[in-house]
Amino acid sequence: MLKHLYSNWWKGLAVIFLLYTFSFGLLNKVPNVVILHETIRNLYYHVPCWFAMLFLMLVSLVYSIKYLRSGRLMYDIVAVALLRVALVFGVLGYLTGMLWGNYIWGDLISWILGDTKTLGTAIGLLMYFAYFILRGSIDDEEKRARVAAVYSIFAFTLLNVSINVVPRLKSSLHPGSGGNATFTVYDLDSGLRMVFYPAVIGYILLGLWISSVLIRMQILHYKKNNITV
Amino acid sequence: MEWRQRYAISGIMLYLLCIVFILFMTFGQDVQGPVWVVLYWIIMLFTAVNAVAKSFLQEGQGRMLYYYTLASPQAIILAKMFYNMGMMVLMAILAAILHGITSGYPIVNTPSFLLAMLLGGIAFAASFSMISAIASKASNSGTLMAILSFPMLIPILIILIRISLNAIQSDDLRVNLQDLVYLTALDVMIVGLALVLFPYLWRD
Repeated sequence: MLKHLYSNWWKGLAVIFLLYTFSFGLLNKVPNVVILHETIRNLYYHVPCWFAMLFLMLVSLVYSIKYLRSGRLMYDIVAVALLRVALVFGVLGYLTGMLWGNYIWGDLISWILGDTKTLGTAIGLLMYFAYFILRGSIDDEEKRARVAAVYSIFAFTLLNVSINVVPRLKSSLHPGSGGNATFTVYDLDSGLRMVFYPAVIGYILLGLWISSVLIRMQILHYKKNNITV
Repeated sequence: MEWRQRYAISGIMLYLLCIVFILFMTFGQDVQGPVWVVLYWIIMLFTAVNAVAKSFLQEGQGRMLYYYTLASPQAIILAKMFYNMGMMVLMAILAAILHGITSGYPIVNTPSFLLAMLLGGIAFAASFSMISAIASKASNSGTLMAILSFPMLIPILIILIRISLNAIQSDDLRVNLQDLVYLTALDVMIVGLALVLFPYLWRD
């Protein structure tokens, strides 16, 4: 993956997918579902945020493991950059979710506690905010990278417990659990699917793009100080 | 190696007694079942932070080096974890007794609550030992300890509170079987992860 850091084709792809998402997402025909109505279009803008966040976290986990195995500073830079962008997507996911929740569930914030999915992601965000504080409080670069990688692996595993296992135990307001139908039940094959999957790919590519910029900035920073990464 | 500081255990017991007494003063004897359960696990959470957090934070640089020459990292983390697990289970039982004396004992299904105490104590001890090892590598580790560990413990706490709430309502162990299995798997997972990851923290 790292060898594509400087190539342009996938960035063009991101632009195309995102343009497609934002134009056709507003134009195409959506199924008329009770309660949701036109807000169902938020599916294209809200859900991909979470997909992108989880994807970036997963890739970051891979690089954390790679760092522990090899000790190359480069892998640490990649892992941090991906997590930074993942957090931004997480916050965006919350903001778009709040807008949606405001219309569907009644208010902006109270459902964070009522719903285990939102609670799980809140926990995840707290964990990764703590990750950056942990990094900030270690001075030695090599030690910081090592401790942060260990924490990141530990945190990601427990985060998976809180978003994959615990929601199955409790009821949830979200589709797909607690008796609510998954969105596959609503006519997703014709209208929604056409925009939703490109949206997910577009968001993920955008996330990778932003993190590649962060990575390149870090590389330049190290180059300036004559450190090879 | 922790036995050198026996007063620490007495200190934690006293800490436990103080919390329970404060709760007794504020809530009185009239505590509803669900409130009792939630209070109990909050007591446990704070006891765990105070008791287990010390396991690595307290060790000086010199003593760490001494352990380093003495034993393999796996042996050290396992020893720390077993000690902390024993202590946490002890504290869990003590907390249940004290809390039971002051505010009544609403649990109908004692076996499943006991299992929850055992597995919860293990989960707390294992994850706190690991987090404490991580936090001990950084400066201002006291604050770090709290912000690193609390988000991780929320899923464990959710499962524990669910089990205990079920234990108030029915005396059938099977209701809780699924949650108990999850909790056991979680314990095994945390210990396994700690065994794999700790060696990377240890070499300095």
